[in-house]
Amino acid sequence: MTVLLDVLSWIAILTGSFFAFTGAVGLLRLPDFFTRMHGAGVTDTLGAGLILFGLFLQSGFGMAAIKVMLIFVFMMITGPTATHALAKAALHGKLKPLAETAGGNSS
Amino acid sequence: MFAAASLAILVTMVLILLRALLGPTVYDRILAINSFGTKTVLIIAVFGYLTERPDFLDIALAYALINFITVVVVLKYFEYGNLATSGPDTPGKGSGS
Repeated sequence: MTVLLDVLSWIAILTGSFFAFTGAVGLLRLPDFFTRMHGAGVTDTLGAGLILFGLFLQSGFGMAAIKVMLIFVFMMITGPTATHALAKAALHGKLKPLAETAGGNSS
Repeated sequence: MFAAASLAILVTMVLILLRALLGPTVYDRILAINSFGTKTVLIIAVFGYLTERPDFLDIALAYALINFITVVVVLKYFEYGNLATSGPDTPGKGSGS
């Protein structure tokens, strides 16, 4: 049983680290602010979620598991709120998306 | 396992800091700093498990909340240019409504 939990948390933590790294590469390489927000979203949801799920599997029953779940819940509430406020502020600040500035006919 | 995750998160934080330094607009920098705060929470939690002291989770929990408040307040300042007004329709009055 503990071997199964260890293997599951290995997989979750390593996959989460991979997603966090991928999101950071996207944050660095994508061409526009709104596309960079997509990269940051990958890091905030899948990366943080999977890493915290792996830590949750490692912590067993007790206060540590509850704290990890609390961190996960706060992150799932505050992350989309901050991203939404960021997009609203950027649109308010006259920042055009890439499809409009490049003349593409996006619907 | 925790050492590998810590290493991956540290490399991620370096890349995010590069975006925060390079970012052409101020919103890129705020986005990078928000993501950097999330990564800080993660590395505090993982470091607590790496050193087998899960008490670090309290610090991570507090940091997650502080990070959210920071981003929202900085965004409000850059959106309205003023922290005293309650919205875009009351410019320069400074008294709120």
